Amino acid sequence: MAKKKKKMPGLNTSSTADISFMLLIFFLVTTSMDTDMGLARRLPQPPDPDQEDAQVDIKARNILYVRLNASGQLWIKDETTSGYGDMKELRQRVKDFVKNEQNYSKWPEKHVKIIDLLGRCVVTDKHVISVQTDRGTPYDAYFQVQNELVAAYSELRNELSKEKFHREYQYLSDEEKKAIRDYYPQNISEAEPKKYGGTQ
Amino acid sequence: MVEMNTSSLPDLIFTILFFFMMVTTMREVTLKVKFVVPQGTELEKLEKKSAVSFIYVGPPTDQLRAQMGSGTRIQLNDRYAEPREVMDFVAAERQGMRNEADQIISIKADQHTQMGYITDIKEVLRKSWALRLNYSASRRN
Repeated sequence: MAKKKKKMPGLNTSSTADISFMLLIFFLVTTSMDTDMGLARRLPQPPDPDQEDAQVDIKARNILYVRLNASGQLWIKDETTSGYGDMKELRQRVKDFVKNEQNYSKWPEKHVKIIDLLGRCVVTDKHVISVQTDRGTPYDAYFQVQNELVAAYSELRNELSKEKFHREYQYLSDEEKKAIRDYYPQNISEAEPKKYGGTQ
Repeated sequence: MVEMNTSSLPDLIFTILFFFMMVTTMREVTLKVKFVVPQGTELEKLEKKSAVSFIYVGPPTDQLRAQMGSGTRIQLNDRYAEPREVMDFVAAERQGMRNEADQIISIKADQHTQMGYITDIKEVLRKSWALRLNYSASRRN
């Protein structure tokens, strides 16, 4: 019997577009395009239980205390002054402190360090910025302090990278970035919060 | 009149669909706390969404306030949790992550939260070796 060549009727696909449109709209509705932004921080490693609390003695001149009390007031202390401060001056205070341009004896000590790409440098990498909060401190105040600290460091790093490499920090190669980071390491310590003054 | 050939239209739409599926993420949790994140200037974008776990901190939403009160709550996944439960949460989130060291915890906390809650969470995170943090914020102009 001769095979009868029957033409297969094509599937009507005119609604496929509608179906995929519906899928598209479903995904548009259920997903969020908003890019999440935030302040990136790194926590210190957990303390080693075997180790006795190896309290490293830090010279008083190397520490800048930034404290926030329960009502969110800022208190800044270094070897020279102590007192309530304003959030606006924090950035400049931190920059001056970390930089210690005049090699002032009450600000962090300077010593010579050999850094790849930069050579022999005089750095203040022993400085520590100690942030202390109270349990009642508003989160916003803490966040603003963190923001200002990061801003201070990035301004310092930018200044240095412009001076040494004639480019902004973000455009540097990884090795160059590391050199700058070695020059200005972020030493922010967050002690366990203490209960002092004006608890609610 | 010659009709336009629309046979490639579905393919076209599918391509757009796939594009959206790739670039967006599913809204995973229903928020049970309300929060207004603080504003900052030194923000970084959260890349690699798959490595990010969110912790929400704030007072219960308006619908839940009648039952739950208005005290600060911590939300993990779809429910309220205690700070110590963060450790299990971190471990669970770590499952199936390609590189555990890449794990980022994003804290979405209301700006009026008291630091005590945040400090407790941070302490637990530190113990569970989830050291990369991101304080969620919006850009200040």
